[in-house]
Amino acid sequence: MREFMSGNEATARGAWEAGVEVAAAYPGTPSTEILEKLAGLPGVYAEWSTNEKVALEAAFGASLTGRRAITAMKHVGLNVASDSLMTLGLVGAKAGLVIAVSDDIGFASSQNEQDSRFWGRFVHLPVLEPADAAEAYAMTRDAFSISERHQVPVLLRLTTRVSHVKRTLTTGERAAPAASAHGYARDVERWIITPNHVGKRLEVRAQRDAALAEESAASPWNVLELGADRTVGFVASGAAYHVVREAFPQASVLKLGFSHPLPLTLARKLAAAVERVMVVEESEPIVEAELNAAGIAAAGRKWLPAHGEVTAPALEAAVARLLGEQGAGLELPKPNKVFPRPPTLCAGCPYMGVYFWLGQLKDAVICGDIGCYTLGCGEPWNAMDSIISMGASLGVAHGMAKSFASNGGAKPVLAVIGDSTFIHGGMPALANIAYNGANVTVLLLDNRVAAMTGGQDTPRLDFAQLVTALGVRPERVRTVDPYELPAFFKVLREEIKAPEPSVIIAERPCVLSRDFVRRRPLKVIDDKCNGCARCLDVGCPAITVTRRESEARASGKVVERAWVRIESGLCTGCDVCAKACAHGAMVAA
Amino acid sequence: MTFDVLVVGIGGQGVLTAADAIARAALQFGYEATKTEVTGMSQRGGVVCSQVRFGERVAASEIRPGAAKLVIAFEAAEGLRWSHYLAPEGRVLLDPWRAVPPIVSSGVHQYPADPATQLRDLNLQVIEIQARGTAERLGDARLANSVMLGAAADSLPFPEKALRDEVLRRFGGGELAARNAAAFDAGRAAVRDERVTAPAR
Repeated sequence: MREFMSGNEATARGAWEAGVEVAAAYPGTPSTEILEKLAGLPGVYAEWSTNEKVALEAAFGASLTGRRAITAMKHVGLNVASDSLMTLGLVGAKAGLVIAVSDDIGFASSQNEQDSRFWGRFVHLPVLEPADAAEAYAMTRDAFSISERHQVPVLLRLTTRVSHVKRTLTTGERAAPAASAHGYARDVERWIITPNHVGKRLEVRAQRDAALAEESAASPWNVLELGADRTVGFVASGAAYHVVREAFPQASVLKLGFSHPLPLTLARKLAAAVERVMVVEESEPIVEAELNAAGIAAAGRKWLPAHGEVTAPALEAAVARLLGEQGAGLELPKPNKVFPRPPTLCAGCPYMGVYFWLGQLKDAVICGDIGCYTLGCGEPWNAMDSIISMGASLGVAHGMAKSFASNGGAKPVLAVIGDSTFIHGGMPALANIAYNGANVTVLLLDNRVAAMTGGQDTPRLDFAQLVTALGVRPERVRTVDPYELPAFFKVLREEIKAPEPSVIIAERPCVLSRDFVRRRPLKVIDDKCNGCARCLDVGCPAITVTRRESEARASGKVVERAWVRIESGLCTGCDVCAKACAHGAMVAA
Repeated sequence: MTFDVLVVGIGGQGVLTAADAIARAALQFGYEATKTEVTGMSQRGGVVCSQVRFGERVAASEIRPGAAKLVIAFEAAEGLRWSHYLAPEGRVLLDPWRAVPPIVSSGVHQYPADPATQLRDLNLQVIEIQARGTAERLGDARLANSVMLGAAADSLPFPEKALRDEVLRRFGGGELAARNAAAFDAGRAAVRDERVTAPAR
C-alpha cells in the first residue's frame, strides 16, 4: 500500500513487517514516534522503559530468547545506554536486534550535536543510514536479517531530516515470527562476559568485522551513481544525499546506506571516475577521515558548515569555494528582525508556581535538568545556574554544596528535576546526596508524565517513600501543591534553611495529560489592578500587557508599570496569578 | 521544479496538521511530496514552521530561502519571521491575529507594530485572512486551521477540491465535518473578497 509517513513511522513499520516482537525505548526528540507507532501495531510488546540503557538491555534480553527486538532513542540516549552497548559489541545478539538512534542535527531540542556513527566504529557494529522514510522502512526490515546473519546488533542511524520528514513509500505484509526461533539456550562462554571469555569474543569480533566489510562492499544499500557531471564526485549518506541531489542533479555520487564498514572499493571507483571527491555527511567528518586514511583524497568539512544541517545553498557555496570559483553561491535573502519566541510553559503549568518563587531567590544556586522545567532558565524567571544532562542536577548540586560547605556554606544549593528524569538518572545521585550528606534542597517536580516529549507515561511511584528509602530523613521530605503559592514558599524557605538534604515533591498533573482538570478562566478587574506587574513574574502565556507606563517617584526612582488582561481561551483557572497578585485583581470570569 | 509552501505559526495551532493536509492533497493530485519540520521544544508555544514541497520529483525536503511560492501564517509576527523564504513573486496568507508571548509581555522584546504593512513594504503579496476571528464567529477557535486552508486553496496548483476533500476526510462525515466545511469555504470566500477590495499595488 502506498503511504505517506515520517522516517520514524517508517522505521516502526519496517520493524513490524520484519516480525519484531519486542520494542523498548525512552522518549527523546527526534526519535519518540518510533515506539509510539510500534505500540499501535499488533503482535508487538512495546514499552517505555525507564531509561535508554534499560531499554537496550530489555531488547537484548528479548533477542536472547529468539525474538526480534528493537530499541529506539535519541543520540544522547545512546550515551546512557553505552555501558551495555560496549559489551553487546562483544557478545553480539541472537535474534535480530536493531538499535535505532536519531541524531538531532542542528540541536533543535538537545544539549549538543552528536554523530552516532562513531558508535559503529567504537563498538564494531554495522551502521545503516537511511536517506529518507522509504529507505528507513526497507533498511529496518533488512537490518534484522543482517543482525542475525552476523549475530550482532545493527545500528540504524537516523537524523531529524529522516525521522521527521514525511515521504511516500509502499508498505508490505508482516512476516510472521518463526516459532521455531523462539527459545533460550544457555551459552555461558558467550553471554557471561567475564575476563576469561573476552579474548575469544575479541577474536569472534575480528572475524565479524571482516565479514561485515564484505557484506557492505556488496550491499545494495551502497550505490555508485555515475552521472554526466564528473567535476566533483560526492560521497553522501543519510538525508545529505538528497541535499547533494538537490544542488547537483547531474553529479556522480557514491550513496552510502550500509555506511560502516565503509565500502572502500566503491569509493575508489568513484575517485577514479571524477576529478575530485567531496564527502557530504552529518555531522562529523567520519567518512572523510576514513577515505583519506585509505589513500583516497577527499574534501569535506573544511568547505562545509562546521555544525548543523547541510543545506543545498551551503553545499553549492562549498563546492564553488572548493573549485576556486569567484563570487559563486547566491546571496540568500536575509530574515526580518522579529523577537525570539522560545518555547514557554503552558498556561496552567504547575511549574510556573515553582519558578515564580525560584526566580525570586536571588542568592541561591539552582541546578536544573532536562524536561519542560528546563524552560525555567529563561524569561521571566531566569532561575537556573546549570543544565548538563539527564539527572545531572543532583550530582552537580551535590558537588557545589560540598564545595560551599568547606567555605562556610556560601550559598543555598537547589536541584530541580522532574519525575521521569529522576527515575531515569536522578536516583543514584540522590542516594549519594543523602549518603555523603550534602546540603541540597531537591525540588522533585511530579507531573506524572514525560511532558516535553509529548506526555508519555512514566512509572507512578510513591516518591515520598522512595526518596526516604534513598536516605533522605522523613522530616525533610515535604509534599506540596505548586499552585498554592504561599504554602509552597513557606516549605521552600524551611527546607532551604534546614542544614541537611531535603526533598520537596511538587505534585500536579501536566496540563496536557488526561489527569488535568481545567477550571473556569480568570479575568482582571481593571479598577483593582495598579499596574505593579507582579503577575508577569508568573510567566503565564495567558497574561498579556494592555498598556505600559513609566512612573517617576518622588525619590526620583522610575517605576515601570504594566496593566494586563487574561486571554480566556488560554487560561485554565489555575489561580497562580491571582495568588501572586497583591491587590485581588484576578477573579474567576 | 517544485512548488514550495511554508506553513508557520506557534506550537499548538495545528500547523503540522495543516501542512500534512496540503502534502496529501498534492499526492492525491499525482505529485510527489515531502513534508518536514523541526519540532521538539517548539511544541510549547514556540516557533513552528512546517515545509511542504511537491512536484514531479522532490530531492531535499528543506525549502531554500527565496524559493517558496506561498507562506501560510497562522500568526502575524510568524508571517514576518519566515517571509524571507518567499520568492519575489511569492504570497503570504496572513492571519493578523497576534499571539503575544511572555517574553514580549515582560517587556524584554517588542512585538512588531504592523507585520502586514512591513510585509507589503517588502513588495510581497499579502492577503490578510481573519482566520481566528472567523473561527470564533463560527463558534470554535480551532476552526482557524480549516479557514486558513480554505484561504490557501486557490493559491495552490491543483483544484481546490483536492484540498477540501483532504481536510474534510479527517473529520468523518458528521457535524464536525460540516463545521470544518463551513470554515474552509469561509476562508476561500475571504480571499475572493480580499482580492476585490485590495488596493492596486
